Amino acid sequence: MDNLSTFPLELPADDKPMVRFQNVTKRYGALTVLDNLNLDVAEGEMVTIIGPSGSGKTTVLRMLMLEQIQGGVIYVDGRPITHMNKGGKLIPASEKYIRVAREDVGMCFQHFNLFPHMTAIQNCMEGPVQVLGMSKKDARERSEELLELVGMIDKKDQHPSRLSGGQQQRVAIARALAMRPKVLLLDEVTSALDPEVIGEVTEVIKNLVTAHNLTIMMVTHQMGFAREISDRVCFFYGGRIEEQGSPAELFGNPRKERTQQFLSAVKSAD
Amino acid sequence: MSYPEFLAVHGGRYLDGIQVTAVQFLMAAALAIVISLIMGLGKLSSNRLLRWPAVAYIEFFRGTSLLVQLFWLFYVLPLFGITFDKYVTGFLALGLNLGAYGAELVRGGIQAVPRGQWEAAYSLSMSPAKRMWRIILPQALLNMLPPWGNLIIELLKGTALVALIAVPDVMFEARQINGSTFLSAQAFGTALIIYYIFARLLVTPFMRWLERVMSRKLGRA
Amino acid sequence: MEWRWDFTWEIMPKMLAATGNTLIAAGLGYAIAIVVGLMLALAQRTPYRPVTLMVREFVEFIRSTPLVLQIFFVYYVGPQFGINLSPWVAGMIAIGLHYSAYLSEVYRGGIESVPAGQWEACRSISLSTRDTYFRIIIPQALPPSVAGMGNYLVGIFKDTPMLSVIGVAELMHAANAIGGQHYRYLEPYTIVGVVFLLISLPSAGLIRAFETWVRRKLGMT
Repeated sequence: MDNLSTFPLELPADDKPMVRFQNVTKRYGALTVLDNLNLDVAEGEMVTIIGPSGSGKTTVLRMLMLEQIQGGVIYVDGRPITHMNKGGKLIPASEKYIRVAREDVGMCFQHFNLFPHMTAIQNCMEGPVQVLGMSKKDARERSEELLELVGMIDKKDQHPSRLSGGQQQRVAIARALAMRPKVLLLDEVTSALDPEVIGEVTEVIKNLVTAHNLTIMMVTHQMGFAREISDRVCFFYGGRIEEQGSPAELFGNPRKERTQQFLSAVKSAD
Repeated sequence: MSYPEFLAVHGGRYLDGIQVTAVQFLMAAALAIVISLIMGLGKLSSNRLLRWPAVAYIEFFRGTSLLVQLFWLFYVLPLFGITFDKYVTGFLALGLNLGAYGAELVRGGIQAVPRGQWEAAYSLSMSPAKRMWRIILPQALLNMLPPWGNLIIELLKGTALVALIAVPDVMFEARQINGSTFLSAQAFGTALIIYYIFARLLVTPFMRWLERVMSRKLGRA
Repeated sequence: MEWRWDFTWEIMPKMLAATGNTLIAAGLGYAIAIVVGLMLALAQRTPYRPVTLMVREFVEFIRSTPLVLQIFFVYYVGPQFGINLSPWVAGMIAIGLHYSAYLSEVYRGGIESVPAGQWEACRSISLSTRDTYFRIIIPQALPPSVAGMGNYLVGIFKDTPMLSVIGVAELMHAANAIGGQHYRYLEPYTIVGVVFLLISLPSAGLIRAFETWVRRKLGMT
């Protein structure tokens, strides 16, 4: 473990991105997946992460939500979520601390992972009621608003098994938003969908980006979509950021060779 | 005497036996379910202090025979000052023994729930207890029901052993009737038929109904 | 109540001898079960519907009713019709039949797991039914069946105490006799428990190893 005293206990007000990965390393056993990663995401920014499989791009999202790291510190809204403050020093955080800190982060998965024994609206209400302690009435109101937002209000009393993939994913987005996260993670949310329903989900995401000031980190293979709505695109290769920039820069004028190779391979696959 | 005559004369005793068997069965089932949950969850725990006792319990009760456990509880435990009445000893042994088998079914059912469900519940920052109780266990329950059906039938069959510690269940009555009439085929045959009816016409349809209800609740009907 | 080691050593020879009987009883019963179980499984696959239905119900009947009751039935029914069976013979018939029902289900599962294409291949070279089963299907049905067969071997071993109720001189019977004779049940019953534990605990690992060996022998790893 590196010297934790070199990391700030809290990010200063004038240098407070919504998400900061500082010198973050992630290993699975002997395999180093992410090596000394430094990445900032500003408030309200929409960052898309692309790259070949094994590049570590999904791991970036998973470290914010599901996994532990072996090096560095991750900050959300200025406060560390991987470490906690004990007597003025940073120490590795307890399970409970991490879980509470991660309340500010929401995640949507490739395989939706809706709770099959609950209806759409119950799925959305679950977090607010059980974790945030909201009353059922308030949670229901909020969930209905969100289901309205994603266009699924008329299916609110259906079980996931009755919904198509695209519909399930939209409910999953509503469920994540019901927790009012500061950061939303979208992990290949269209990769498991039939081509004809991808559009319903990308529409919803587009809406979220333009109408709400939500900080979003997205991993996707949908290059056209990424180009259309991202503020910034990061190309990952071999556990590091190979290149990043605005969509116009990265897609239109990739500077690194690996980026060019990847983009041309993806284009020919389309 | 013909078989209908036999039933007319001795039917009442069988009915008494059925009542006792039913109570033993239900009490043992309740105990087994509770123990299965505790031990099954315990074995899955990442905490050694919870896991090792659970593993030890399961291996011990599955590794020794029900009859031996029953006799041990009935004859040996009193020597240590703990005496239960024979009815309690009966369903206690049954529940403790079958709870060990049930624990493995609970464990298997939980492990069969897709990992994505754990991740989704975690992503909503649900506490481990809420996660297990509200998300994982309901789904695990449906996974577990078919093998639990078999286990419940084993439980029913196991209740017959309490006759050996003089609990007046169906088998006890059958032995009594055999002892006094020597009509073994009728005496034991009737008992066999009673258990068969219990199992095929009561327990199995009930478990299938339970599976249907749970499937519907999970939206899978 | 204190554990008495002197008493323990005193009764150990008798208990060990009885353990031998237990192993013989389990072995013989299992041997019967393996063969009869296969017959029952194959009988359920004949094209004659009345036969398959009857066998099916018979198997279900045996699986749904208590073994101990079946043991009593076989032992006492014989004399009612003039056939006197010794406890050993009656016990072997009862326990062998009981477990043949379980094993027939294991075989059925194994046979059904063999891909349909295998049957078609046999037909395409006009292989006789007998050769189809014994040279092609059953060898492939064996590896998936081994785990189930192994579990029932352990099961039959743990069920041998039930034979004590009709006087078969196995371990439980010896413990009962010694306990009644010396008015001390603690050591005998505990020894019985320990013996069972010692034999059944390593069995899970042994069964797994055996399954691997079978797969390798048949070239199916």
